[in-house]
Amino acid sequence: MKTRILAATFGVLMGTTATVALAGTLDDVKNKGFVQCGVSQGLAGFSQPDSAGNWTGLDVDFCRSLASAIFNDPTKVKFTPLSAKERFTALQSGEIDVLSRNTTWTMSRDTKQGKFAGVMYYDGQGFMIRKSLGITSAKQLGGASVCTNTGTTTELNLADWFRTQKLDYKVVSFEKSEEVVKAYDAGRCDVLTTDASGLYAERLKLTKPDEHIVLPEIISKEPLGPMVRQGDDAWFNVVKWTYYALLTAEELGITKANADDTLAKTENPDVKRFLGKDGSFGADIGLTNAWAFQIVKNMGNYGELFEKNVGETSPLKISRGINALWTKGGLQYAPPVR
Amino acid sequence: MTKRPDGLGADVAPSVAWYNDPTKRGYLFQALTLAAVIVVAWTIVHNTAVNLERRHIAQGFGFLSTTAGFDLAQESISFPKDASYGRALVVGLVNTVIVAVAGIFFATVFGFLVGVGRLSHNFVISRLCTGYVELLRNIPLLLQIFFWYFAVLGVLPSPRQSLQPIPGWVFVNNRGLYLPEFHFGSFAGWGVVGGLIVALVVSWAIRRWARARQMATGQQFPAGWVTLGLVVGLPLALFAISGFDLSLVAPKKSTFNLSGGIQIIPELIALVLALATYTASFIAEVVRAGILAVSHGQTEAARSLGLSHGQNLRLVVIPQAMRVIIPPLTNQYLNLTKNSSLAVAIAYPDLVSVGGIVLNQSGQAIEVIVIWMAIYLGTSVTTAMIMNVYNRRMAIVER
Amino acid sequence: MSDVTASAAFVRPTLAEPRDPPKSFVGPFAWARAHLFGSIFDALLTAFGLFLLGWIAWTVLDFALFRAVWSAKDGETCRAEGVGACWPYVEAYWKQFVYGRYPAEERWRPTLVFAIFAATLIPLAMPKVPYKRANVIAFLVGMPIASYFLLTGGVFGLEPVETTLWGGLLVTLIVSVVGIVCSLPLGILLALGRRSKLPIIKMLCIVTIEFWRGVPLITVLFMASNMLPLFMPEGMEVDKLLRALIGVAIFTSAYLAETIRGGLQAIPKGQYEGAMALGLGYWQMMGLIVMPQALKLVIPGIVNSFISLFKDTTLVLIVSIFDLLGMIQASLADPVWISPVTGKTGYLVAAVTFWVFCFGMSRYSQWMERRLATGHKR
Repeated sequence: MKTRILAATFGVLMGTTATVALAGTLDDVKNKGFVQCGVSQGLAGFSQPDSAGNWTGLDVDFCRSLASAIFNDPTKVKFTPLSAKERFTALQSGEIDVLSRNTTWTMSRDTKQGKFAGVMYYDGQGFMIRKSLGITSAKQLGGASVCTNTGTTTELNLADWFRTQKLDYKVVSFEKSEEVVKAYDAGRCDVLTTDASGLYAERLKLTKPDEHIVLPEIISKEPLGPMVRQGDDAWFNVVKWTYYALLTAEELGITKANADDTLAKTENPDVKRFLGKDGSFGADIGLTNAWAFQIVKNMGNYGELFEKNVGETSPLKISRGINALWTKGGLQYAPPVR
Repeated sequence: MTKRPDGLGADVAPSVAWYNDPTKRGYLFQALTLAAVIVVAWTIVHNTAVNLERRHIAQGFGFLSTTAGFDLAQESISFPKDASYGRALVVGLVNTVIVAVAGIFFATVFGFLVGVGRLSHNFVISRLCTGYVELLRNIPLLLQIFFWYFAVLGVLPSPRQSLQPIPGWVFVNNRGLYLPEFHFGSFAGWGVVGGLIVALVVSWAIRRWARARQMATGQQFPAGWVTLGLVVGLPLALFAISGFDLSLVAPKKSTFNLSGGIQIIPELIALVLALATYTASFIAEVVRAGILAVSHGQTEAARSLGLSHGQNLRLVVIPQAMRVIIPPLTNQYLNLTKNSSLAVAIAYPDLVSVGGIVLNQSGQAIEVIVIWMAIYLGTSVTTAMIMNVYNRRMAIVER
Repeated sequence: MSDVTASAAFVRPTLAEPRDPPKSFVGPFAWARAHLFGSIFDALLTAFGLFLLGWIAWTVLDFALFRAVWSAKDGETCRAEGVGACWPYVEAYWKQFVYGRYPAEERWRPTLVFAIFAATLIPLAMPKVPYKRANVIAFLVGMPIASYFLLTGGVFGLEPVETTLWGGLLVTLIVSVVGIVCSLPLGILLALGRRSKLPIIKMLCIVTIEFWRGVPLITVLFMASNMLPLFMPEGMEVDKLLRALIGVAIFTSAYLAETIRGGLQAIPKGQYEGAMALGLGYWQMMGLIVMPQALKLVIPGIVNSFISLFKDTTLVLIVSIFDLLGMIQASLADPVWISPVTGKTGYLVAAVTFWVFCFGMSRYSQWMERRLATGHKR
């Protein structure tokens, strides 16, 4: 009792305590009027604050899509920057409603730490190295010093890979990705390893980005996606179908620009169901029937978000690759809205 | 004051309500406090158990034998590929000990130099030392660690352009300091170690004897030189008998780094430098205060007895100053040891860094934090006890 | 004896004028000889010292002034070979260094908090200013409450601002000031408990004090950020900054307890006996007689604790709270300003800021110590 009172007093003092009901994150979110979204502390293209403090990136846009689906207002979202270490605790303790922080979908995480709602980005771990060393393949990395992050799957993959290749290596593992980049830039290591998308992002932070290349080998599967707490199916559905809505919109050719137009003119039954003219798919998951329309209208479809944040037109210049829709030879596939 | 009903007067102790009796009140107060502490502790334990259950977090120290699966930048004791989390923590502990010992050594040396320098009659030196103290102790240690780390990385060349203080044997680059590894032949190895031990024991005996003789007869014996000769000479002689049976393994250049030999990683160098220079600024103050605490009359008396400046310092001032210096110096040593946990900021795999990795990979925060705290507390308590014993010995000399 | 005097041809009736000391003992040359060139070794030391001083001064000035870049709109100019400090980067980011990511249109609120803080602290720090009691209440009660509502918002039509957006110097000051203000009462209780005659209370206090003094702050912060949420009842959640504050306050209170205990020990036994003879109870004796004297004695000690706490706040960056140093580090990742000198410039700014604060406070503490030294010497 005593701690309860003590804690409550502290909570009232700070005014920031949120009481988390066990079930019903969706109701909670609706009541408080915004989505609390856990993001990374700064990863270009995925979630990064600019010098004015506005967050941008693919992970951030996912949370804004979620807010659009629920509130028809992409600004009704608050971001909590989290380190790799804190992220699961933050999710489990209810500090955040959804974790959209380039988190790799693994079996243990999916069964013990939370539930993955989809794969926003199919990634894999790669290596970056100085051009001047003249290395063209990761198999030539025997004896190299490798800079990496602690507390991620990266350092485990790294150890596994070098062991299977029977190569020797020296690891230097840092707590924060900024420190990894700084140490690599200062010449502490020969190789920087993290998810390939991350490598492109981190390269922008180097003094001379052009002097570094990403090696072709991808040594792991890193499906990155949003994650929610276990045991809350209603909320899980909302998050999962927000992701599917982004994909479906791209598949159906609905963009931010033509959403209004499509809604007015469409005769396609798929589109009608999707945009909420037919059926009550939105109402069934606790949203409005226009939920998907709100997402596309406010944010755009998956392809648009990808291009804007990480694609060829962004500073990261990553090609769609396996992140293309299944219709274009990629892995992104959404079940039908029916 | 209450009158007793039998009218015997007020010279008997007045009867007091039980709750106004200081002794009983003391018991009550203690019982209440104890109860409150127990309730709080129980609530915490209960909440934690419930929370762990709800979050499916494993409990207990069983995870210590799980395979770690990661590597560490400095493996001071062997850390095989399939080693466990427990082993990783032990490696971290050894690394902490290395930093602490090296840091304490250098901090003491710098600290005494600067502390004595502040009292120098040389104006430039005393001001320089004052500046050193005022500058370093007013800047956060974490910042200084970053400074040294990036200074070390920035100044040193890449492995391909290694500096070679002893060409072919010793290399310095931004991956660290590479030294040749010594492999003694079995006789030579035991000879050197055994010789050293024998030399130390013998010179200790000689010193005792020399001291006793000086007390009795006033005759001096150059014990210092004899000790030096023994400690250097005996192992060297045995080593020579073995036919200089020593093989050196020099670091060799490979594609990226140097391989073989002993590598001292830059994180260690930076951390030791930062801890030593920072703590030295506090030790300098301790030393200065200690020396100033020895009254000037002692120095004057020593000089009038004909002792030289050096003898005065060595035989009169420092032994007395040490009594004042030791307790705060102990504190500084403990601070340094605790501060070595900042290694986590620059990827030196000390106990806290490695614990952090284990915490991340296993998710067992409570157990890891308990291990950390137990080890640091243990270190603090042990150091405090050793220093107390030493302190008592120093204090007895007073009489 | 007398015949010697008698045979003297001249007896001086007045004292001789004292002569000036020999030339070699006065004047700048003599001073230099005594203090700079006493021996060959001394001369070498002096030369070495001067060289070191000159080299350090030159390196710093050269970097910070002579070769510095003074105006640029992005990091391009700073990326040139051989340039010094990149000041435009500091110009672009200094607001973040001070306020963190606090929303730009709301920055007047932290500014007002800084002003209230200064307005209550400065008169408190000057012994000559009257109304100390009102001032202490304003500083220990009024200031925190006003700051709390101003910073978090949500009342009086103020926009609520998440603590995750707070940062920079603001957080450094919040953590250190809240740390010291909260740990003071805790520290007093622990110190009293440690000197208590009740064995259980004494034991509990000793264990608490020695436990927190025995572990590094970093592990305390890890504990606060990882374990505190587990200690709370289900559904109860503690803000991240608050967690760090709790950790820091408990940690500091153990150190303060020892400082205050030093003050308690310095109070003569007569004061306790006098209080008891007057019939004062324990709390009256402590509150009215002993503590006021003891606390006055330990003001320098408290300031010193504050200095180390102020420096230690940098550690919160390890649990991802962005204090001044954390904010500077975060800004270094901005691709716009990346250059070889940006990091050095940022760290230089951090070092100078911390140094100015800490040096100022340590000077103040020394001055206080000298002032107070007259009062209670036995």
